[in-house]
Amino acid sequence: MIPILGLAAGVLLGLFFDPTVPLWLQPYLPIAVVAALDAVFGGFRARLDGIFDAKVFVISFVSNVVVAALIVFLGDQLGVGAQLSTAVVVVLGIRIFGNAAAIRRHVFRA
Amino acid sequence: MTEERPQGRPGPDGPDDDAVPHPFGPGRLGERPAEAEDTAEPEPEPSASDDPVEVEAAAEPEPPIEDEAEDTAEPEESTEPEDAAEPAEPEETAEPEPGDAAEPEPARSKVAITARRGRDPLAAALIGVLTLLLGFAFAVQVRNVGNDQALSGAREEDLVRILDDLNAREERLREQISDQRTALQQLTSSDSQSATALEEARKRAEAIGILNGTVPAQGPGLTMTIRDPDDAVRVADILDAIQELRGAGAETMQIDGVRVGVSTAVTGDPGGLMIDGRPINTPYEFVVIGDPQNMETAMNIPGGVVPRINSRGGSVTIEPADEVVVDALRPLDTPQYASPATGN
Repeated sequence: MIPILGLAAGVLLGLFFDPTVPLWLQPYLPIAVVAALDAVFGGFRARLDGIFDAKVFVISFVSNVVVAALIVFLGDQLGVGAQLSTAVVVVLGIRIFGNAAAIRRHVFRA
Repeated sequence: MTEERPQGRPGPDGPDDDAVPHPFGPGRLGERPAEAEDTAEPEPEPSASDDPVEVEAAAEPEPPIEDEAEDTAEPEESTEPEDAAEPAEPEETAEPEPGDAAEPEPARSKVAITARRGRDPLAAALIGVLTLLLGFAFAVQVRNVGNDQALSGAREEDLVRILDDLNAREERLREQISDQRTALQQLTSSDSQSATALEEARKRAEAIGILNGTVPAQGPGLTMTIRDPDDAVRVADILDAIQELRGAGAETMQIDGVRVGVSTAVTGDPGGLMIDGRPINTPYEFVVIGDPQNMETAMNIPGGVVPRINSRGGSVTIEPADEVVVDALRPLDTPQYASPATGN
């Protein structure tokens, strides 16, 4: 419940304040969002599995975001930022799909 | 995917880590035996995620989890909001994690019940903050992509590509503009040219029509009346009069309502003269457009038209006028054999 409320409140706040993303953050924000989404899906799945742990969730959330942003940052430094961010998005997308499949099995039994 | 279903929980791990190498496949089935190794590894996250699994499987879930959560929650709380806000700096979060994972072992003996009480609001707050941040970032990013500002976040190579596209498009559009402009110029100039040519042709047609007798004409001139009571005026006299008038600058004329043109013939006998086959009767009335002064002088020249007709017993009266009208028409002589010569 709390995560859902937090998400909704965050979306509303973001729409309401509509802040300008700082230039240096702009390449990393979408990647960070995708990574955090991955963590949220994983947390949801763990919750359905009955093994949800707040510490794991928090750490994985933060480390996901940080690692994803770091990879993209390194890629930008190496001149392959576009490709690396594509790679990160692909990997995270696969994970999200996997977690979504597990969630689906729990919810729909199929 | 459906084959995995009998296995119960396919992914015993936490939200992340193990899903990368085997997102769908049977790799998950093999994870259970590998868990013991995972916990032994120094990596913080696998151990953290594996702990609750084993504990739960042992049917004694609560106390260890609570203790870990409580202990780790406090050091993390100070660092996480900043980290989540600045995801580009990895070091800060990377450091506390191993320490945290190692910490819970001695603290596990603490009171479980108080820990349970204390964990909920803190963990809930952390989760709430993180998800709130996620939602915020999500909304901001969606807004940002919707704007044109998205360009300012694009990478250099993307920008170069976009610029190339725009340049190519600009070039195409410029070519189009210059093409259209040329076409417009051609159309305008040909239009004005044809208008000029049309005007010129119209003027020429008018001039030729006046000379040829196909259009009515008006202008300064004179009216000359020849009376011939004795029927003594001959064809030659009329012809002389026409020639003299032309020689004096007559531009067009009519005699008794018959227009005189380039091929006009004067025939007949005295008293029964005809012009172009149409009979004329005395008095013969000439209406002539031209310089009245010159033509009158030419008529009255000694030995000219007027003295000769007077000598035959006729009489001539000449009345110059500022405005005379030659309104008789003659049909156009369409050349049967001649056609315009080309090449000049």
